[in-house]
Amino acid sequence: MNDTATDPIIKVRGLVKSFGTHIVHDGLDLDVRRGEIIGIVGGSGTGKSVLLQQIVGLLKPDAGQIEVFGENVRDSSPEEYRDLRRRWGVMFQDGALFSSLTVRQNVEAPMREQLDLPDDLRKTLAGIKVRMVGLTDVAQTKFPSELSGGMRKRAGFARAIALDPEIVFLDEPTAGLDPIGAAAFDTLIGQLQATLGLTVFLVTHDLDSLHAICDRIAVLAEKKVLAVGTMAEMLEVDHPWVQEYFHGPRARAALATKGER
Amino acid sequence: MTPRATGSKQRQSAVVEATVANGCYVLSGDLLIETIDRLDHDLRGARLIDISQVAQLDTAGAWFILDLERRIADADKGRLIRGATDTQRQLLDTVRASMPTEAEITEHRPTITDRIEAIGRATANAGRVALELTSFLGEVIAVMGRLIVQPRRFRMTSLVYHMQQVGWNAIPIVALMAFLIGVVLAFQGATQLRQFGAEVFVVDLIAISVLRELGILLTAIIVAGRSGSAFTAAIGSMKMREEIDAMRTLGLNPMEILVVPRILALVLMLPVLGLIADVSGLIGGAIMSWIELGVSPAVFQSRLVSNTDVWHFGVGMIKAPFFALIIGIIGCYEGMKVGGDAESLGRLTSTSVVLAIFMVIVVDAIFSIFFSLVGV
Repeated sequence: MNDTATDPIIKVRGLVKSFGTHIVHDGLDLDVRRGEIIGIVGGSGTGKSVLLQQIVGLLKPDAGQIEVFGENVRDSSPEEYRDLRRRWGVMFQDGALFSSLTVRQNVEAPMREQLDLPDDLRKTLAGIKVRMVGLTDVAQTKFPSELSGGMRKRAGFARAIALDPEIVFLDEPTAGLDPIGAAAFDTLIGQLQATLGLTVFLVTHDLDSLHAICDRIAVLAEKKVLAVGTMAEMLEVDHPWVQEYFHGPRARAALATKGER
Repeated sequence: MTPRATGSKQRQSAVVEATVANGCYVLSGDLLIETIDRLDHDLRGARLIDISQVAQLDTAGAWFILDLERRIADADKGRLIRGATDTQRQLLDTVRASMPTEAEITEHRPTITDRIEAIGRATANAGRVALELTSFLGEVIAVMGRLIVQPRRFRMTSLVYHMQQVGWNAIPIVALMAFLIGVVLAFQGATQLRQFGAEVFVVDLIAISVLRELGILLTAIIVAGRSGSAFTAAIGSMKMREEIDAMRTLGLNPMEILVVPRILALVLMLPVLGLIADVSGLIGGAIMSWIELGVSPAVFQSRLVSNTDVWHFGVGMIKAPFFALIIGIIGCYEGMKVGGDAESLGRLTSTSVVLAIFMVIVVDAIFSIFFSLVGV
């Protein structure tokens, strides 16, 4: 097992993906390091979510290599894939909670699927995860339709970390939240990342999140990863879209608030 | 950072051990969600927990340690756990803040009073639905009245479109259904009537049952399943995507645009469909009588004309617009009740069909009583 810190935990090489005649990725390379929070940004339709879905094996790439934990996702046998899934958690936009289950049952679902735990223990552990993401005990027995958008996202996050995964994939976790809720969610991601030693793959549009918690940022444009680096490095990139994104009025506002902190 | 576990095979085979020495509970190995179940929570008198030999620790492991700590109870906490690394300490603190409180949430078991309360609620709810349906009907009539005064606001295109949807497109299924009903009636009637040598009365049997009851009732049931559900789903999904709210803010009246054309289309088309059902039911019956009983089409026709009162047909046709109104009102009303989630859309669509069919049959029974009282 390649467990040294230098080896990337996710390694994407020469990824090609197209839908019909529309090419989304063409020769995309990306490395994600163990223990970092990487933010994936890009305009609408540049395939941020498609990239995420390919890494977790929901979509098949047309060509190219995707290695997670040094194992090829595409060629893995069902057992190996099951093993991989055990080691990552995915939070979809808006939580994607199972609507027929309560919040706690949602968090219990991966435990039920992957492990053989006594009922009481599973309930207790699920309860801890629900509280860790900042939901109250009252919310535990509620159904997703009875929750607000922010609570649903938190519950989705709780389900993603139910099994203490090594990587969490978050798809726009702060989209549709008010600034206070979004900031609280950023803090939550940062805290749990530090505590649980997570690697976070964060698809986002939220400049504040990028400033606040991301170690590195990868920009998707022109069908590949255009630039990877820290926020400071991004500001230096000489590309019109990147310039506009990181130097636009909203980016400057986000930078300014960052300076005040 | 704690070295993390690798694959689940390695996790499954991870080793964990607990020993008690000098009043100290010593844990060693990997304290993970897969392994904690192998340990018991018996402290055997230990007053301290030593985790300096724990290699991997996850949230479940942290919970296990904190659960032990809780059992030691009295002494001052925080000093009970020894040998934690910084990362482990941080994890322990986070989990401690999320530990279950003593008053664990217990699942609520329904008692007798709860059940009685549920019956009461269901009854009150049924009453409310009846009231709301009536007020919805009133609103539809009011809007229709306004449209008569201002006919320019009426949506002709929409009406024609829905007439095609609920009427024209339903003709094949309605005709086939009625034809088969005619066939079945003739066949079953023939076997019974032959015992009395009264085969020819099969014409009366088919004519009365199809024209008076079955033709229109079964057509209404098919239309309720076909168009009532479509009304609920269409209006419901518009409600879900806030299209209805958008209409209101633009000064458009959803009753005028969505509800009235649909209901009017049904009211106009259901009698037509009923007529088609009557005709194909009679044709089905006639063909079967010919094959099974040798009653020729000519005999069938003459007996039908001479022996069947035209009021049997009239009774069926009078009921059609009422059935249409019931199906349309319920379909649109349930659609308007859809909330923000997709689940309510599915639930209300099925409610709409069930309620519409039920109400159609109830009203049919009321009509039967009414017509027998007035002697038709």
